[in-house]
Amino acid sequence: MTVALKSEQTASQIAAAFPGADVKADGPAVVVAPDMVNKVCAFLKSAPGLEFDYLQNLTSTDYLDYFEVVYHLTSLKHNHSMVLKTRCFDRNNAEVASVTGVWRGADFQEREVYDLMGIKFTGHPNLKRILLWEGFPGHPLRRDYL
Amino acid sequence: MEVVGLDSIKELDSREGQDINSLIERSRIPLPDPDRWLDEDVKRNVAMIATDAVLNWGRLNSIYMHATGPACCIFEFLSAFTARFDVARFGWEIFRPSPRQADVFVIAGTVTWKMAVQLRRLYDQMPEPKWVVAMGACAISGGTFRESYSVVPGVNRIMPVDVYIPGCPPRPEGFLYGMLMLQEKIRRSSSKKQILEGTYKFKQNFRQFPAGNH
Repeated sequence: MTVALKSEQTASQIAAAFPGADVKADGPAVVVAPDMVNKVCAFLKSAPGLEFDYLQNLTSTDYLDYFEVVYHLTSLKHNHSMVLKTRCFDRNNAEVASVTGVWRGADFQEREVYDLMGIKFTGHPNLKRILLWEGFPGHPLRRDYL
Repeated sequence: MEVVGLDSIKELDSREGQDINSLIERSRIPLPDPDRWLDEDVKRNVAMIATDAVLNWGRLNSIYMHATGPACCIFEFLSAFTARFDVARFGWEIFRPSPRQADVFVIAGTVTWKMAVQLRRLYDQMPEPKWVVAMGACAISGGTFRESYSVVPGVNRIMPVDVYIPGCPPRPEGFLYGMLMLQEKIRRSSSKKQILEGTYKFKQNFRQFPAGNH
């Protein structure tokens, strides 16, 4: 059975690697700033003892006050998992650093989030709509759509 | 080289988007069902009863189907082709992978606007005479997804429908009954009507897709 790591412990490890960064544990998840997600993910993938080599899922939620992008990470080597989150408070110009450089599989999932939720992923190689067509008005999974 | 490729992909994407948006624009009102387009003059002045009987007998007993299954109704449709229901006894057992060899277009499932352009193109590629069967709630009216941002609210927005088979999904028996109704419709149809419908359908096609879009 995959062990879910304690979020406080992982958060302190991340905070030690990135001094001065905004990292906190929130329930089972670790919350980081949206502009440093790619750096944190690169660290989580390579740090000895953590080595999260598999991005299981990438999704987003609309809480009206803010967007939350959620990353479910798993280490196949150590058989443990964690949840990483980031929050964007600017509704009109939500931007998150892309993690396609860390896990190639994030490509389509980030495009889906961009398509349906309207969050831009900076550094994505081919950020365009994946399910809907070009010229579709708005982003339908936002809660203020319609 | 990559830049060239990306540019052309962008062009393709925007063209696809334009196609879809223009189809949505043109499909605000459902198309009338084919029965209503009968011209009284032709009906009164031309008689082709014997020819009709032979032609209709041939047509209704050798229906070549072109099926599309955008959603779950296709499984009930395929079940109708198993030994238990055995559509071969009616003469409908031949699937045509190409629309150019088919008589009946069966739409079994939810149609999205992104798919609608291709379905309309398949319909245009079918030779006359042709019939369309809408199978299941989604194909009839959009079903539970009617208010959705991406679903066509009934395929009669994009092509004229001859037979509607309700159900979510309809049982294979329901499909058989609907197809028997279609056979009945073909049996009662007259060549004049077919010819007339043909011209009307052609005009309809012309309105939907101007030349050069195929």
